[in-house]
Amino acid sequence: MEYEPVIGLEVHAQLLTDAKIFCGCSTKFGAAPNSHTCPICLGMPGVLPVLNKKVVEFMMKMALATNCRLNRGCLFARKNYFYPDLPKGYQISQYAQPPAEHGWVEVEIAGGKKRIGITRIHMEEDAGKLMHDEFSPVSRVDLNRTGVPLIEIVSEPDIRGAEEAAAYLRRLHETLVYLEICDGNMEEGSFRCDANVSLRPKGSETFGTRAELKNMNSFRNVQRALEYEIKRQQYLLEGGGSVVQETRLWDDTAGVSHPMRGKEEAHDYRYFPDPDLVPVVIDDAWVEAVRQTLPELPLERRERFVRDYQIPAYDAGVLTASRQLADYYEEVVRLSAEPKLASNWVMGEILRFLNEDKKEIRACPITPAALAELISLIKEGQISGKMAKEVVDQMYRTGAAPGAIIKEKGLVQITDEAALSATIAAVIAANPGQLAQYRAGKEKVFGFFVGQVMKATQGKANPQLINDLLKKMLAG
Amino acid sequence: MELYELTIHELQAKLRAGETTAAEVTASVFRRIDAVEKDVRAYISLMRKSALAEAARAEEQLRKGEAGPLAGIPIALKDITCTKGYRTTCGSRVLDNFIPPYDATVVEKLRAAGAVFTGKTNMDEFAMGSSTETSHYGTTRNPWDLGRIPGGSSGGSAAAVAAGECIASLGSDTGGSIRQPAALCGVVGLKPTYGRVSRYGLIAFASSLDQIGPFTKDVEDCAIVMNVIAGYDPAESTSVPAEVPDYRGFLGRGVEGWTVGIPQEYFVAGIDPEVEAAVRRTITLLEGAGARCVEISLPHTRYCLAVYYIIAPAEACSNLARYDGVRFGFRAEGSRDLIDLYKKSRSAGFGAEVKRRIMLGTYALSSGYYDAYYKKASQVRALIKRDFDTAFASCDAILTPTTPTPAFKIGEKTDDPMQMYLSDIFTISANLAGIPGISVPCGFSAAGLPIGVQFLAGHFQEGRLIQIASAFEKLAPSEKRRPAL
Amino acid sequence: METTKISTDEVTYVANLARLIFAEEETERFASQLNAILRYMDTLQEVDTTGVEPMTHAIAQKNAFRTDAVGESLPVKTALANAPEARGNCFQVPKVIE
Repeated sequence: MEYEPVIGLEVHAQLLTDAKIFCGCSTKFGAAPNSHTCPICLGMPGVLPVLNKKVVEFMMKMALATNCRLNRGCLFARKNYFYPDLPKGYQISQYAQPPAEHGWVEVEIAGGKKRIGITRIHMEEDAGKLMHDEFSPVSRVDLNRTGVPLIEIVSEPDIRGAEEAAAYLRRLHETLVYLEICDGNMEEGSFRCDANVSLRPKGSETFGTRAELKNMNSFRNVQRALEYEIKRQQYLLEGGGSVVQETRLWDDTAGVSHPMRGKEEAHDYRYFPDPDLVPVVIDDAWVEAVRQTLPELPLERRERFVRDYQIPAYDAGVLTASRQLADYYEEVVRLSAEPKLASNWVMGEILRFLNEDKKEIRACPITPAALAELISLIKEGQISGKMAKEVVDQMYRTGAAPGAIIKEKGLVQITDEAALSATIAAVIAANPGQLAQYRAGKEKVFGFFVGQVMKATQGKANPQLINDLLKKMLAG
Repeated sequence: MELYELTIHELQAKLRAGETTAAEVTASVFRRIDAVEKDVRAYISLMRKSALAEAARAEEQLRKGEAGPLAGIPIALKDITCTKGYRTTCGSRVLDNFIPPYDATVVEKLRAAGAVFTGKTNMDEFAMGSSTETSHYGTTRNPWDLGRIPGGSSGGSAAAVAAGECIASLGSDTGGSIRQPAALCGVVGLKPTYGRVSRYGLIAFASSLDQIGPFTKDVEDCAIVMNVIAGYDPAESTSVPAEVPDYRGFLGRGVEGWTVGIPQEYFVAGIDPEVEAAVRRTITLLEGAGARCVEISLPHTRYCLAVYYIIAPAEACSNLARYDGVRFGFRAEGSRDLIDLYKKSRSAGFGAEVKRRIMLGTYALSSGYYDAYYKKASQVRALIKRDFDTAFASCDAILTPTTPTPAFKIGEKTDDPMQMYLSDIFTISANLAGIPGISVPCGFSAAGLPIGVQFLAGHFQEGRLIQIASAFEKLAPSEKRRPAL
Repeated sequence: METTKISTDEVTYVANLARLIFAEEETERFASQLNAILRYMDTLQEVDTTGVEPMTHAIAQKNAFRTDAVGESLPVKTALANAPEARGNCFQVPKVIE
């Protein structure tokens, strides 16, 4: 029998607010353990939560960017369970009446484009961190992350394979990062994904028993874990067995998943409305105000680049991979009016430098203005493409402007006809044999003369000018 | 007359006139504590040392003419309010060694007003009880009869005021925990409108019902304390940004032309005849003062107790999940693993009544029962509130007995939770509806036990309560007895 | 005969959810007390609540926010001061197996 995988993804994205969701502690990653805690996020007796307004606005941005309907009112609920990383014994989340529902995103798949539905987006608080000492019988609890704001984005079970899942995740990831509401760092856990996976006979409308997959901390891991899970379930079913409803942890090093042992009991979370928080009511004016702050989203921007700058879709895709990169590119275009050249230089040299150094575009020592200046110099023929590569290398290393580098290195192209004519005359005089061959019709020898002239000018001569003068003078 | 016997307003006059000092007042109160505390047992912890320092500071402020409204007034705090650097137990073994790193908002407000804190008073564990008998720290005795309970859960705060072990105190009221002990100890106790006094730093029992309020010797003192503690607090999402009037302005205004509702559902079988007689006398007195007392109906009254004992335990089981022996509080020794540590710590840390309510709340929220219990109760709660909305459309205030009986004997109801729960039957509705309620002494039983009458008003109408309570207080001035300790 | 609302098995299940543990006779006592209370709750079933919105808050409020501003955190020592067991700036618990 042929089986079809049915996958739904739950993405947790940490929001880039300065303060936590219900208190004033910093959200900054990497601080000393428990140094970003206060009575509120420690869940001390008597404390109360007050919602950080920016969390609502960030949630609204993502909801609008993913075509969700924003509900007028939403409630916070308590999800009750005991765990040492959960100080209050409950997580403040949203259950009944979520803020955003019925959205979708479009992803590109082998056969074209596909819409994947988003069931809901809601706000909640993150839990703390547990650290396990391998050789000691204890676990240590760091509550810095407790109360860092999250949005949970729940997809419809619309995904039909590992690759599709990866495409969907990339779309969410790029949108979150574009909106500047999440840094998207999967290793640090700012973007996390759990998956619900089941198989069903192809053509069937009902769902099979699903397994929940956790602990996949990169796009690659998600894809591998899903491929593994689909195969695992397929073997089980084909062997006449059945899938057990359980939570499984992906083990990246071993390349396998295994059932989770810790939270073994049935999920009876006893959700109920949190009496300490009041409803959030989002009116039209607020929605409009947030809509005004939305940047152009990656997909739209990609299409505009192809249309307006006449660059290939692939290039547009690379250039819009991050909002900063696309902004950088557009600034170079604005200053140089050379979209194609700008695209070549950004995608070529600039991205190569950054990749080698594992740097972000915002840390690039070459400003868009400097790159635009370089492009103008090339266009005006002041330097050759070859020289420009040398110059850009210097620009990246020193941060200096191209004009200054050219001057310092004496890289200015020889465009003086008289001076160049004298050099050419000397080259011709020094090679009478080749001259004879050329005049006898052996046109290949022309290349030899170009090389000699370049050598004599140390590559500084304008190649076009060399060509023109050589032709004239060789003809006698 | 000793200083500890005076009211806030009497002491204010003496302090401002230079007839006494804050140090003398504080010393008088602590002498009284030394004399009677062994019998009453109103306190869990005393704050003698810091009280003397606070008295000295208040004295300084009084001298400079910068004194706040409570400068030099000894005030006791129910041990459910967090005090920075001072042990706060909530009457539980679980928090026996807990020292909060922060002050509750009300504590900050009282401090800013110049109050002198005498100590932390006894209470039922996590405010779950009506007698202080569930406290891990022993039972407080009713100053009027040491063989009887003072009421609860704020029994220590009520007894301390009645016994002169402080001038005023704060309690908290989730289902009657201020008004019921106020009635049983013969003092004034006010539960404000939900959202009127900040809950920040009040250890949560049932978050949608809890409210802090004062115990005082008379209604004027009640107004004085309310002026200090009421008001919006941005640290609490459910705090209401409504203007706070000067509550003293409602004193002595009378009730001429008022309509006072008498809900028939509160005068039913089970109510002690002496209590009923005292309350009926109150009605007659108010009518004599020009109020029109009319019979009204609050048809959902009979469901209040059931609604309360679903909602309060449901919220409580979640609020009390944080006592897990990890970050603070009691941790049991010798556990095999984490789950064992949770179970042993919580089972040994909590007393029977708290565990009973955690069980009840957990059950009511658990899978398959939510709709039948929690949701149903929340719907009936809406109907109970609707009853009050209707009543207040035609009444300025509602009058009921505060409790069905005077103080009962220690141990009398400890084995029967349902009987204990019934002692809150007249006070619970105000918490469910979020409205303010006040209990004022209205007489004594033949055995010499105090009886209280309860006035209720619409949301944020504490002023009306103070107005009618102060009018009534004037009508019955002969009842100024003191417990014979 | 009085109906049983909650069995001793359910008491055990609920106790586990609440992270409480009872001796056998305690479980039975709780079951009987909870049954008495739950039977009392049955009176609620008489009330017609069709179309009634459940009430979570006594006073209808909305949109209580704080601004996204970082305030002071506690010194780590203070944060850990009440902990039964702490080491290396962390709270400590018996090993958690995932």
